[in-house]
Amino acid sequence: MTTSHDARLNYLGRNLLSGCLLGLGFVAFIDEAIFHQILHWHHFYDKSTPNIGLVSDGIFHAFSWFSTISGAFLVSDLRRRNAWWPKRWIGGFLFGGGAFQLYDGTIQHKLMRIHQIRYNVEIAPYDWVWNIIATMMLLAGLILIFRTRREANVMEGTA
Amino acid sequence: MEHNHVHQASGTAFDLLLTLPFVLAVIVYLRMAVVSNHRCKRWPFYRYVCWILGVIFSAAVLIGPIAKLTHENFISHMVGHLFLGMLAPLLLVLAAPMTLLMRTLRVRSARRLSRVLKSFPVSIYCNPVVASILNIGGLWVLYTTELYSAMHHNLLLHIVVHIHIFIAGYLYTISILYIDPAPHRYGFIFRAVVLILSLAGHGILSKYIYAYPPLGVTTDQAEIGGMIMYYGGDLVEIILIFIFCQQWYKAARPRMTVSITQ
Repeated sequence: MTTSHDARLNYLGRNLLSGCLLGLGFVAFIDEAIFHQILHWHHFYDKSTPNIGLVSDGIFHAFSWFSTISGAFLVSDLRRRNAWWPKRWIGGFLFGGGAFQLYDGTIQHKLMRIHQIRYNVEIAPYDWVWNIIATMMLLAGLILIFRTRREANVMEGTA
Repeated sequence: MEHNHVHQASGTAFDLLLTLPFVLAVIVYLRMAVVSNHRCKRWPFYRYVCWILGVIFSAAVLIGPIAKLTHENFISHMVGHLFLGMLAPLLLVLAAPMTLLMRTLRVRSARRLSRVLKSFPVSIYCNPVVASILNIGGLWVLYTTELYSAMHHNLLLHIVVHIHIFIAGYLYTISILYIDPAPHRYGFIFRAVVLILSLAGHGILSKYIYAYPPLGVTTDQAEIGGMIMYYGGDLVEIILIFIFCQQWYKAARPRMTVSITQ
């Protein structure tokens, strides 16, 4: 007999992947909606952007739409299989979102200089807040991922 | 002034002549649907809507007042590019014209058509990588070389470029979305990777245009045009990605294995 309990164990990877994709998509969406469109802090193009920055931005921009939509379809898929494990999924979400925000805040903003968080202000505090939040999300995500992995091992052992 | 060369050649009579293929496209589609409804299941209503809208969006870019604007102004040109190269092909693909054609043709002709679709050259053009390069690569060539300004001085070049944009957009869409019969199929992961990279190529080109205006385009217009390409492209891309994922969702549905003991 298949219970919802067992189904989750068969789809550990898909729970993680779906969370990661939606987490990345969510962070990218916040970045676009709030920082570009509402606050107008971020700039569409900063004259100091080198070409590699444009490439990185383009790939992540395209990937963020894809990951949001495909992540949502994966959740539906897990639910129709009774295999959705919210705790592991949130771990993936925080991990994916945190990793992308950290990449955006360090490599894209600082190294590639696509654009800064805000212009005509002392930028350091903004960068610190941005990257500390990212690191905290990343770590919280990792903790949940390892915990659920261990729980899954226990469940499998007792099953 | 320099942008007017092409349009002096085209009067109302020329416009009417250009309208003909679009009117024919709608009439033939409707006629095929009527024939198909006699033989097979009723042709879905949304497909008529998609076809007619797709034809209207392509026609609007090439004929009439909007077409005239796209010659004079890079911003309108970019809106036209989104219609002709992205939105119209997507709508036409959703209308499944090849399925309809297969249903209406006599068996012998349908077999011949299906042989053509299975042939090697067609399989090359419908390969997602080739179609993406034709589509996005073509745009890179258009906007980063002198082709864009040359197109406005040469009617033939102008027509060829627009036909290319449309056909490449159509091939690209059928290489990603399998709605009509597609003999050479690729897996979801492969198509997803190609889809993301090609959409990235589109986004990168939009920002490149913003930063480095094509020859003969003012900085203001290039900036707005680039942003329209970026965000307008997003809107069509979202629809494309949604339908792509939905196709995966349907294909990956759990299959019930129920054993019935009699």
